[in-house]
Amino acid sequence: MLGQRFIGDGLRGNARIIINGVPGGDLGMFMSGPTCIIHGNAEHAPGNTMDSGMLVIHGSAGDAVAHSMRGGTVFVKNNIGYRGGIHMKQYEVEARPILVVGGTAHSFLGEYMAGGLVLVLGIGKEKAMTDRGIGSGIHGGEIIVRGEVDDYLLGVGAKKFKFTENDLERIAPIIKNFCEQFGYDPAEFLDTNYTRIGPASSRPFASKYVWE
Amino acid sequence: MCGIIGFIDRTKSRMDGSSIKAALSLMNERGSGDGAGYAAYGIYPDYADYYALHVFFDNMAESKTKVDELLQQWGKIVHQEEIPTTPQPGIKKVHTPWRYFFKPSEDLMAGRMASENDVVTYIVMEVNANVKGATIFSSGKNMGVFKASGWPEDVANFYMIENYKGYIWLAHNRYPTNSPGWWGGAHPFNLLNWSVVHNGEITSYGTNQRYVEGYGYKCTALTDTEVVAYLFDLLGRQHELSHEMVVRALAPPFWDDIDRMPAKEANLNKAIRLTYGSALMNGPFAIVVGTDDGIVGFTDRIKLRPS
Repeated sequence: MLGQRFIGDGLRGNARIIINGVPGGDLGMFMSGPTCIIHGNAEHAPGNTMDSGMLVIHGSAGDAVAHSMRGGTVFVKNNIGYRGGIHMKQYEVEARPILVVGGTAHSFLGEYMAGGLVLVLGIGKEKAMTDRGIGSGIHGGEIIVRGEVDDYLLGVGAKKFKFTENDLERIAPIIKNFCEQFGYDPAEFLDTNYTRIGPASSRPFASKYVWE
Repeated sequence: MCGIIGFIDRTKSRMDGSSIKAALSLMNERGSGDGAGYAAYGIYPDYADYYALHVFFDNMAESKTKVDELLQQWGKIVHQEEIPTTPQPGIKKVHTPWRYFFKPSEDLMAGRMASENDVVTYIVMEVNANVKGATIFSSGKNMGVFKASGWPEDVANFYMIENYKGYIWLAHNRYPTNSPGWWGGAHPFNLLNWSVVHNGEITSYGTNQRYVEGYGYKCTALTDTEVVAYLFDLLGRQHELSHEMVVRALAPPFWDDIDRMPAKEANLNKAIRLTYGSALMNGPFAIVVGTDDGIVGFTDRIKLRPS
């Protein structure tokens, strides 16, 4: 496989797709149900507006990973480009998208995020996140980053929260699943050494669009 | 929109144009049929020491006579011919593409111009600004740009691009959004050995244009990308900045990033920003620039392109 775009787009049901090589842009767009294993890197926007199912990328991925995703899971073993998780959204608890990145992410992670979870583990990195604009314009959902996050990396409207034992209990199954996919030992990730980032208020941009 | 490609064979072994034609055609949806083009390095080994001037002529009488006269004032034309083309249903041949192989003469330059590159730059600016019906769109050595209004495959077939073999290829599929679609407005934009393909827009164009015009460059292509070729020539050739430093000047780190750098690095970056403030490019862009010894790709600082 070398650059074929639109694989698994709009596909529904219970299927398993194995990709050897590098798929092109918009892998799994609007996908609802299937599992897609990628033995290689992925191009821009895998998981674009994905509904449910799973992408497991044994490599890195380009910009806008999990763009507008509304359900299901995207696991990326290594790094992702700019604007990962942009516009992710969720509907209560039954449709809650999850993006987990093993390495690090470039700027504007979780930009305009409205729901779901983005988790960055920073495996092999001194700091999990070093690029700016994390959660810029976020008004829902959460971004969880391994270790400390410098204040200057936070985007407009984003705020850091303490990561608690309760939070760990919530994300432990996700960490275990990720580690199982890539052969990591989950034990080393199951502590509270994380930073949780979310919207600074329930309507952080109210004054931008309305006059009261 | 717009689609851009650039690749290099670092061993300098040459590849014909059929692959880049196929690659660019895969991005047809990124264009609108209003322009496409290719730049290839290593295509004229028999004339490697001569400047290959590619010109669009509107008429072969008056316009060409003026260009011939100007070239003869500065040097010698060793060969010239119409660039071979074949008619394509999708392309209206509104200009005649012509090529000269030209070398400035030392005795004609003496006391007037410091280098051959200065002479050729002067000729390009003079023709494009002041000779009606003539546009020099390519002026490097052992390289050439081939472009027109049309779809990628049509433009490639029009110039029979598979007949050229190069070790660097750049290609562009155009979707003009705020400037006219015409042959000279298609990418790549070129001056001497610099060639530029670009996706996005340069909103600082006015500032950048005034800056390069202060150094004698003339922006005549009616679109923003042209200024990037002149910025690379000014900073990279005239000011002898390394390729990395040119990119650093055009898309520098933010001030707050500079404040967090170690002192030595911060001082260098401050100096670049202060010296080249008018060369800084704003707006969304993804750009590939080629020259005879390499290619560089870079984007705007917050990566609003490619998209």
